[in-house]
Amino acid sequence: MNQQKPSLPKAPGLVSQRKRTITIFIWVGVAALYLLSSIHTNASLLRFDGEFFSNVGRMIGQMWPPQMQYAPAIWPKLAETIQMAVLATALAAIFCIPLCLGAAENIANNKWIYNTMRTFLNVMRTIPELILAVLFVGLFGIGVFSGVLALFIFSLGILAKLMSETVEGIDKTQLEAIEASGGNKLQVIWYAVLPQILPQFASFSLYVFEINIRASVVLGFVGAGGIGLLIQQQINFLNYPAAMAVVMVIFFVVILIDFISNRIREALL
Amino acid sequence: MIECNDLSLVYPDGTQGLKNVNVQINKGEFVVIVGLSGAGKSTLIRSMNRLVQPTSGGLYIDGENALAHNASQLRKLRTKVGMIFQHHNLVKRHTVMKNVIAGRLGHTSTWKSVLNIYPNKDRALAYENLKRVSIEEKVHTRADQLSGGQQQRVSIARVLTQQPKVILADEPVASLDPPTSHQVMNYLKTINREDGITTIVNLHFIDMAMEYADRIIGMRAGEVVFDGPVAEVTERTFEDIYGRKIKDDDLRGGKTDYEPTEAITS
Repeated sequence: MNQQKPSLPKAPGLVSQRKRTITIFIWVGVAALYLLSSIHTNASLLRFDGEFFSNVGRMIGQMWPPQMQYAPAIWPKLAETIQMAVLATALAAIFCIPLCLGAAENIANNKWIYNTMRTFLNVMRTIPELILAVLFVGLFGIGVFSGVLALFIFSLGILAKLMSETVEGIDKTQLEAIEASGGNKLQVIWYAVLPQILPQFASFSLYVFEINIRASVVLGFVGAGGIGLLIQQQINFLNYPAAMAVVMVIFFVVILIDFISNRIREALL
Repeated sequence: MIECNDLSLVYPDGTQGLKNVNVQINKGEFVVIVGLSGAGKSTLIRSMNRLVQPTSGGLYIDGENALAHNASQLRKLRTKVGMIFQHHNLVKRHTVMKNVIAGRLGHTSTWKSVLNIYPNKDRALAYENLKRVSIEEKVHTRADQLSGGQQQRVSIARVLTQQPKVILADEPVASLDPPTSHQVMNYLKTINREDGITTIVNLHFIDMAMEYADRIIGMRAGEVVFDGPVAEVTERTFEDIYGRKIKDDDLRGGKTDYEPTEAITS
């Protein structure tokens, strides 16, 4: 009944044979690396066994219910955490302006300045904030000041990088017009660059503020001030319900701050 | 007023932008440069305020050797040479007034301009120029709220506020519709006549060139291939400049008998 259709010559595939072989090799390679790492570190999904679930139950039993009467002791440290984030973000926002202009190819027409700035920013971003905090605690002693410095350097690196990329994306024709009417470099920056980057600048600063709030929680662990100190103390006293109370407070405050700052950023852009 | 002697420009990628251009433009002239895109019109006009750097030859503006200028001399020269761009290049997030006062930047000290301190004289001049292009009611509107034609008028006001001796206009009407194009060209022509400002305009529409120019310079492949008063120009001249037959695309059309003093809808 079905008549043999004339067979078509073999049509080419979607990618070349060579490309297909390479793709297979890459997949096999990635899978092999994954398995090797998993076996060496004994980290695999098999660890989610019965013991794991009984541990979860035990931990929840120890932490729950959170000891909310501990809350009054939290507020001063929480305020300190927010103040640290405010100080660090404000300082970073100010210092980031010259840095981001220097690290933007379309503004810094001196290759030497541009490359130095770029390298400087890259180095700054490679140091984790916790290491910075340990360093400053060593230099200035335990306290908020060390934490603010650590957060400042940490957020300056992020902000300057984000902003230099924004500067590189601006409309060059507006700069040209100010140049053509006899404006000098500073006037070009003030009259044509700043108005173009201001909304992103405000938005990124708020974003960095959010990051700083979260980062400052960890800094307390190494004595650089803030709410992290309380968590560490309570864990050391084996007072898990109080530690849980601190975690819950941080959780809600971070959500609240993220929500508000997201709303402001939406309005800005 | 402007003298190019054997002016040449080779871009870093090896493209020859200008090839031995010899042109002398007299005070108060309204010159239109025509040519296909890539013919070197933009390069020539941008050489005149050194937004691009000619690589050899001489360029004299108002008697000054423009190619020998250092940065601060160049800044001073640019206050005398105003420029209008195809995409008007207004600072979009600034008000109309702040865009127009930017014409005074070359005459204002850095710290005063940073703090927005401008003498009443300068602000009055800026406002006067907004009135000249009939857009004074938009004085505090943000530039990005205006239509294309309105923005181009603001950029004319900005150039006037510079009080230049020369106005360079690089394809000022290429992104406007026909009636608005004529409006903008009328403003430029009126300013040229009333203030005696030497005006050089790049256009690729031959009907507009014929209508507004005193003199036409034709360019092809970086060279000046025609230079003469508009009376000597015929369709044949354009075919020689363009190196092909004239097409409909080369005409803007839409001539209106609009006068700059009338109310404008754009």
